[in-house]
Amino acid sequence: MNPLQRYAPLVDDEEAFLAACERPLPSVVRVNTIKTTVERAREALDDEGVAYEPTDWHPGILKLEESSPGTNWPYFHGWLHGQEEVSALPAIALDPQPGERIWDTCAAPGSKTTQIAAMMDDEGVLVGNDNNLGRLSALRHNAERLGVTNLVVSNQDARNFSMKPFGERTPEEPGSFEQFDRVLVDAPCSCEGTCRKNPDVLDEWTMNHVASVAGIQKGILRRAVQVTKPGGSVVYSTCTLAPEENEAVLDFVLEREDCEMVEWDVPDNFETSSGITEWEDEEYDPSVTKARRVYPHQNDTGGFFTAKLEVNA
Amino acid sequence: MKDETADDENWGQQFDRLPETAEDRVVEGRPSRNEVVEWWEERFGIDPATFDSYTFWEKGAGKIWAFNGEVVDPIQVEGLGMRILRTRQRHWKPSTNAVQRFCRDATKNVIELSPGEAKAFVAGHDQQLDWWEGDWGYLTAAHEISGDLEPLGVGLYLHGELRSTVPKGRQEELVKLD
Repeated sequence: MNPLQRYAPLVDDEEAFLAACERPLPSVVRVNTIKTTVERAREALDDEGVAYEPTDWHPGILKLEESSPGTNWPYFHGWLHGQEEVSALPAIALDPQPGERIWDTCAAPGSKTTQIAAMMDDEGVLVGNDNNLGRLSALRHNAERLGVTNLVVSNQDARNFSMKPFGERTPEEPGSFEQFDRVLVDAPCSCEGTCRKNPDVLDEWTMNHVASVAGIQKGILRRAVQVTKPGGSVVYSTCTLAPEENEAVLDFVLEREDCEMVEWDVPDNFETSSGITEWEDEEYDPSVTKARRVYPHQNDTGGFFTAKLEVNA
Repeated sequence: MKDETADDENWGQQFDRLPETAEDRVVEGRPSRNEVVEWWEERFGIDPATFDSYTFWEKGAGKIWAFNGEVVDPIQVEGLGMRILRTRQRHWKPSTNAVQRFCRDATKNVIELSPGEAKAFVAGHDQQLDWWEGDWGYLTAAHEISGDLEPLGVGLYLHGELRSTVPKGRQEELVKLD
């Protein structure tokens, strides 16, 4: 089954949607403001004759016309990081602040983690967690190349993430904490939104896989809400359009944990659609319309889903 | 058998915070925070205030990490900030990433490479550079980019030769040699 056909009824322009999914994605880099400024990175690319175009919604996200990011000086210096354009959204929704305590639940290989670190001005405690030790070495490598110094790398299953290493049971210890200010759940998913980068995902896609990752997603998102302080934020994102992995997961968690959906500030010039409340035989909590869906034809990106929850005070 | 819970031993499964001064030292051979900050000042002229908001940690023998935040001590995690320095050997060795991050403001022991020398350096090649008249030992290798000097990494300068210590994993990402 081609999963894209499932979503045709959801989009405004079926033809444009399917056509966009066929086109490969341009090579995109994010400027790493821990090590340089957007101006200086652009100047360095100009000096090397690397052609790029800034996206019209974010000055620090540049589309390269030809070269891959790995072959120029600004890349070597850690001024640039290859990151799919649409995957810059979750960190923007999270809105991290310098000095906060933030947990990135499924962090490897670290594009979003390092973006969060930069938005924190590299100050505070950013816990980059992943259950896969091999992928964690990629996270460490990327973080160090980009000059990140506020990252704590941890290797746990996010579904039953323990706060014990951070001093939960010894609150009198300096530096201990038991809750986070913000949490990002960029969950493992069926990834069909990345088909423009990796068309194989469409061949490998099955409903069984959707059902199995949805279970994992629910577990991680619940744990995320539990370890976020009252008034704090949890951002949930996937690179899939499957409602079973998006709105259904939110609906499940809204019913069981003390939190609510909130709007997040989508950047100007970036087009999104609302979350949906009905799919096949299911109905979801009406507040999930505050989530944002991104279809590939809207901004010429991959497909994506980003939602923001606030933990009730 | 080694007592892995002993406070006065270094053990590789956790990060331990460096003592403030040599007088506070409990674990033999562990550098103090002051010694680390002084080393960066003495070697590269880095203002000690640069590190005011940082905590310093050891995990494994002589691997020193700098973390721009506060966590409990000790802490059992996979990584904490950035690995900046290798101690417990005669000459302390800074990491490529730390030099890139902190030696932008270096005022000492910075060797400025020409475009061709910079490319060879990041490709991992050793080079005969007899014109260097400064100290021997670990230097910040730098080159000009966008009108300013930017650190490339760590070079070991001995007997007229600059040896590149850019790690293999960083070399791969490199500019192709002409």
